[in-house]
Order: sequence, then C-alpha cells, then structure tokens
Amino acid sequence: MPALLEIQNLHTEFRTGAGTIHAVDGITYSVNAGETVAIVGESGSGKSVGALSILRLIPDPPGRITQGTVLFGGRDLMTLTEEQMRQVRGSEIGMVFQEPMTSLNPVLTIGRQITETLEQHRGVDRATAQKRAVELVGLVGIADPIRRLKQYPHQLSGGMRQRIMIAIALACDPKLIIADEPTTALDVTIQAQILELMKDLTHRLGIALIIITHNLGVVARYANRVNVMYAGRIVESGPARAIYHTPRHPYTIALLRSVPRLDRPRQARLDPVEGQPPDLTRLDAGCSFRPRCRFAIAACAASRPRLEATSNPGQSAACFRADELASLTGTNEAALAGAPA
Amino acid sequence: MNAASPASPLLEVRGLRMHFPVSEGLLGRKVGDVKAVDGIDFTVRRGETLGLVGESGCGKTTTGRCVLRLEKPTAGQIIFDGVDIASLGGKQLQALRQRIQVIFQDPYSSLNPRMTIGQIIAEPMFVHGIEPNATKRMERVHELLTICGLNAGFADRYPHEMSGGQRQRVGIARALAMNPEFIVCDEPVSALDVSIQAQVVNLLEDLREKFGLTYLFIAHDLSVVRHLCQRVAVMYLGHIVEMADSDTLFDNPQHPYTRALLAAVPVPDPDVEQGREFRPVKGEVPSPMNPPSGCVFHPRCPMAVDRCSKEAPQPREIAPGHMVACSEVKITG
Ligand SMILES: Nc1ncnc2c1ncn2[C@@H]1O[C@H](COP(=O)(O)OP(=O)(O)OP(=O)(O)O)[C@@H](O)[C@H]1O
Ligand SMILES: Nc1ncnc2c1ncn2[C@@H]1O[C@H](COP(=O)(O)OP(=O)(O)O)[C@@H](O)[C@H]1O
Ligand code: SF4
Ligand code: SF4
Ligand SMILES: [Mg+2]
Ligand SMILES: [Mg+2]
Repeated sequence: MPALLEIQNLHTEFRTGAGTIHAVDGITYSVNAGETVAIVGESGSGKSVGALSILRLIPDPPGRITQGTVLFGGRDLMTLTEEQMRQVRGSEIGMVFQEPMTSLNPVLTIGRQITETLEQHRGVDRATAQKRAVELVGLVGIADPIRRLKQYPHQLSGGMRQRIMIAIALACDPKLIIADEPTTALDVTIQAQILELMKDLTHRLGIALIIITHNLGVVARYANRVNVMYAGRIVESGPARAIYHTPRHPYTIALLRSVPRLDRPRQARLDPVEGQPPDLTRLDAGCSFRPRCRFAIAACAASRPRLEATSNPGQSAACFRADELASLTGTNEAALAGAPA
Repeated sequence: MNAASPASPLLEVRGLRMHFPVSEGLLGRKVGDVKAVDGIDFTVRRGETLGLVGESGCGKTTTGRCVLRLEKPTAGQIIFDGVDIASLGGKQLQALRQRIQVIFQDPYSSLNPRMTIGQIIAEPMFVHGIEPNATKRMERVHELLTICGLNAGFADRYPHEMSGGQRQRVGIARALAMNPEFIVCDEPVSALDVSIQAQVVNLLEDLREKFGLTYLFIAHDLSVVRHLCQRVAVMYLGHIVEMADSDTLFDNPQHPYTRALLAAVPVPDPDVEQGREFRPVKGEVPSPMNPPSGCVFHPRCPMAVDRCSKEAPQPREIAPGHMVACSEVKITG
C-alpha cells in the first residue's frame, strides 16, 4: 500500500537581509495511514517551515518553495490550484498549532468557527453544522458544549482553546493532522490531557498524525516513527525504538545524552551538546553538525552527508560514520551511562 | 542529602501572602483579590538550591518577586540573613538589592537591545558603585564573561547577535556582577533549546560551588529540578502542598498533586512509555480569584473525600523534613 503522504526532496528558502536561508534543505519522508510520525529538532531547524510547506502556507515573499513533491493520496499538492489547496487544508489535512489564540478568530464565537468550517468544506446547512459542532466539542472532552460554543476564544483557557483547535481539525474527517508544538505553551498536566486525547482520537478514527515537538519524552510516548532535523535537513529517521536505543547520528546521540531523566538515578553532571545552534546564513559545504560533533573527521568538512540507510532495518542517518558509530558508542544504554566518545 | 541537616538558613519565609486587588469599570471599583500567594512557609539554607515547581499561575514568580522585594507582600515575613526584609524601604532596600539577584526566563526581552553586552553587564556595577573605575569595570566584565563560558570579545556585541543560550549566559554574568549571595532563577532554561539547557544547568551548578551561591530555582521541568535542587517545594494555587528533599519528593511523593504532576512527565524511552498506563489528572487549575473552598486541589483530586471541600488541610511534617498539606496522607516517620 502506498504511503498516505510522501514528501520528496522538498526545499524551502527565505530571502533575508543576511542572505538566503535554506530553512528546509531537501527533506524526504513518508507517513502511512493512521501512524504517528514525530519531527524533533532544535528551534530554527526547519520543523515548522517543513510542515507549512506541505500545506503551501509559506509567506511569499520572503519565502518560496523551490523544489520537491508532496504526494498526498496520490496527488502532488505542489501542482494544485490555490482553490484546490484550500479544500485540502480545511478538509483533508487538519492543523493544530502551538498558539491557538493566534489561529482562532477573536471576534467569532467558538461555535461559529466550527460551523463555518463545516459549511465551507462539507456544504452542510446551519442546523446540521450546529449539531455536528456540539458532537465535536463533546468529543474533545469539553463539558457543557452548548454553553462553550457561544463563547469567544479569550473566554477559554489555553488548554480549552487547544481542544477547540483539535475539534476544528477533526471537523471534516481528515486523514492527516499536522500538529506543530501543540502542547508547548501548556502546563504539564494539561499537556498530558491534550496528548492523550489526540492519541485516543487518532487511533480510534484512524487518522495519521505528524507531531512537531522538542520534547523527547513526548516523542517516546506517542510516536511510531521519528525524524530528527538539524539545520534544515533530516539527519536521522527511523522507528522510535531504534532512534532511542540505537541512535546512529551524533546529534541524536548527544541530544539523548543531554536530558536528565526522572526514571534514572541522578547523574553527577549533565552531558550537554557542546557549542551553539547553527547559523543558517553561514553554513559551509561540510556537515552542518561538524562544529559540535565529537566524531568529526577530515571528510566531514569536504561535503555534506546524505540521509542513507544504516545497517539497522528502517533506520537512516546522514553521517559519514553512521555505521561505525554503532561500534564506537555501543548501545544507547552505554552512551547514556557516559561511555567515552 | 539529609533534609534535617543543621545548615543555617539564609532565607526564611513565614506566612507569606501576596494578594493583588482586582478592579473593574471606569471608577476602578475593587471587585476582589487575586490570591497569588496565600500563606506559604519555606527556608533556603546557605549554599543549597531550593526548587519551586508547579503549573503556571500557581504563584512561583510572585514568590520570587517578593523575595527580591519587587513586590511589597500583603502579609508575612521574609527573613534574609536574620533581617526581616518584608517591609524594608529606602536605603536599606537598596543595599539588599545587591545581595539578592535574579535571572529571568526570557533571554530575549531581559536584555536592552540598544546596549552592548559590556554595557549591560557593567551598568549595575556603576549604578550601585561597586566598581567606580571604568577600566577596572571593563576588566571585570571580561572576567565575568569568561566565567560564564563566553569569549571576552562578546563585550562589544549586541544581544541580537547572540543565540538564546549565549544571552542567558549574559543574564547570568549580569547577576554575578553584583557579587550576590542569593539568586532567584525564574525559569532560567525554559526558553532554551534542549541541546543548550544542559550547558546552562551545568554553568549554574559550577557557579554555585565556586562562589558559594544559594538559589531559589523556579521551573516547570521536573527532571531539571531534580538534577539541580537539594530540596523541592511544590506549589498549587498560591499554596505549598508538599516540600521535601529532592530524593524523597521524586521517589516517594505523597501529595496527590505532586503525584499527578510526576505522572504527567513522559520519559524519553519508548519502552518505558509503552508499558506505562496513566490517566492524566482531570480538570484545569481554577482561578486564584475564586479558589475552591477547603483544600484548593479538591475539584481535581482523585483521593478527595467529603471533608476536603470543607476544611483546608494544614501543612504537616509526615517524616523529618517532609511536609505535606493533605489531610488524607498518613504520618510515616
Ligand atoms: N518569515 C520568515 N522570514 C525569514 N526567515 C524565516 C521565516 N520563517 C522562518 N524562517 C527561518 O527559517 C528557519 C526554520 O524556521 P522554523 O520556524 O521552521 O524552525 P523550527 O524548527 O520550527 O523552530 P521553533 O522550534 O523555534 O519553532 C529559521 O532559521 C527561521 O529563522
Ligand atoms: N501584578 C499583578 N496583578 C494582578 N494579578 C497578578 C499580578 N501578578 C501576578 N498575578 C496573578 O497571580 C497569579 C500567580 O502569578 P505568577 O506568580 O506570575 O505565576 P507563575 O507560577 O506562573 O509564575 C496569577 O493568577 C497571575 O495572573
Ligand atoms: S558526518 Fe562527520 S561531522 Fe557530521 S555528524 Fe557525522 S561524524 Fe559528525
Ligand atoms: S486534602 Fe483531600 S482534596 Fe486535598 S489533596 Fe488531600 S485528599 Fe486531595
Ligand atoms: Mg516552530
Ligand atoms: Mg512565572
């Protein structure tokens, strides 16, 4: 069965005063029906631009999608008309963003925002839309739906607004939801509520989910597969278990080592990823992780490694030494215990 | 770490309350109070780090601002090095400001964009007359930058030319410029990338050892708090609901809210997470303008019994150094 979403060699750039930024620099990945794929990486690594590019929501100028195909259900989204694209956005792919306040319309009631989506994309009448809105708001765990539908976004808490965003994303029975940092602005108990809700609904309704986050715990709990991004590229990709237990890219290894864990004895000292995040206007021809990499060799300065299959089934890494690293670091258990690099 | 160790307290907070009046309409008629902090007690011993955790709006920052005396508390004592500073004013307050410094969450908005890094760090030294000589002041700036892991050359740069982690190091250097004894760290790593957080956590630890600093460390990332703090206080809706040494709090949490908070943190390991069943605690934090009756946690508490909505539980020491404010928790030691 072909994948639900297949992204091939996608490039998005921004023209800025400081030069052209290759925010997304050739990413390729796929999402199968019903599965949850996580995108992790530090801020500025291209996670959001990558997601917005799928939906063709890049502000132009200064941004431009310069290359690539995005096959969704067999069609290349890059070749659709703007009108067809609007239909895809509202009804085939749902979206949930970090700050629901900015994606909700402040002067429309919650109810109107949901019914509007339904009327536009489903062509149903007001009464049917109203009935469905009540169902949807109940589905996302909001008590007293009829009263809530009459309220405005500012009258709701952050967690409640995010539930509404999920209801809107679900309104037209999408096959895919893209959630960009859906819980980053929320408290941990509310984060847990929202993530469990999304997991439950996507499983029950068979919806695929792309979840963008920088929280490695969230990825471990919810993702089937993981793409790790660094400086506009996917540097490692594979099943969640493989990424956590046998990481093959030095950035992934360093990232996993740097976080303190509540389920492990307290370490004497944390083991940070050294150095600074990359400046995308000043990348050279070599591997972009090189300035921070403990494993760099001369070849790493000459050209950029491509994302290639490793000796682990289903796992790819963009590192010249990916397969060597398996023997250099042993398992992640050893790496986390502080085995010499 | 023995929570009952006799190290002398540098800071003792007793019955601290901070209520903010809420007014409405053109005439600004007072309609109520936000009970941001509603009667809390804690101590911080010299050289230790006390963690303050809890969900947003529970009063962590307000507590920190009272200790810094950026707010005048509604009630209570804040005894710093033997002197109650809760109602100090004028010159005495100025002298105090030097000894208690702060590091903020947002390394972007907390640095003046029109000043160079050197000016930003030197300014408080000048204002407080710590180093009147301009040349010596710059030498000190270079020294502080180096201590904080930055190249001395950064003194001539502007904040926008630096990354978030570098800006946070500048914020730390600026706090150190005053030779403080006590630093309130308000979410100092929350705005940083995961890959940079560990760098700043290590720096804070090194500085504490090197300069014998004492920290009040406010954060919502529990794994960072466990790593950095010797003792931890958990806040909910203006109250401290549990306080213990770090090992006890994380290995043997007793208050239902602490347990809910810990259960909500996913661990970065798919094998652990796949096998872990949990039900997130229900509901949201109520408004501090209208806190629930009795135990403020009762509408969300999975253990609540009838009397919880009527009687506010008093903080009790259930084992030496382990304080819990829940009437259903048994005394263990
Ligand atoms: N409108 C824009 N104009 C110029 N540059 C942009 C614009 N939007 C994004 N960029 C740049 O593109 C790069 C990738 O941005 P993106 O928002 O995808 O990162 P991210 O990984 O999602 O970061 P965060 O975690 O902070 O949201 C960054 O260097 C960013 O500064
Ligand atoms: N100056 C103020 N006026 C009115 N309410 C305030 C003020 N400062 C804080 N509050 C309220 O006090 C409560 C606690 O706030 P705060 O201490 O900032 O929480 P946090 O734990 O997130 O740092 C919140 O409900 C907040 O809105
Ligand atoms: S290619 Fe070289 S520099 Fe890049 S991650 Fe691999 S070892 Fe490090
Ligand atoms: S006093 Fe009652 S409501 Fe409050 S935490 Fe204890 S059991 Fe729960
Ligand atoms: Mg983003
Ligand atoms: Mg705060």
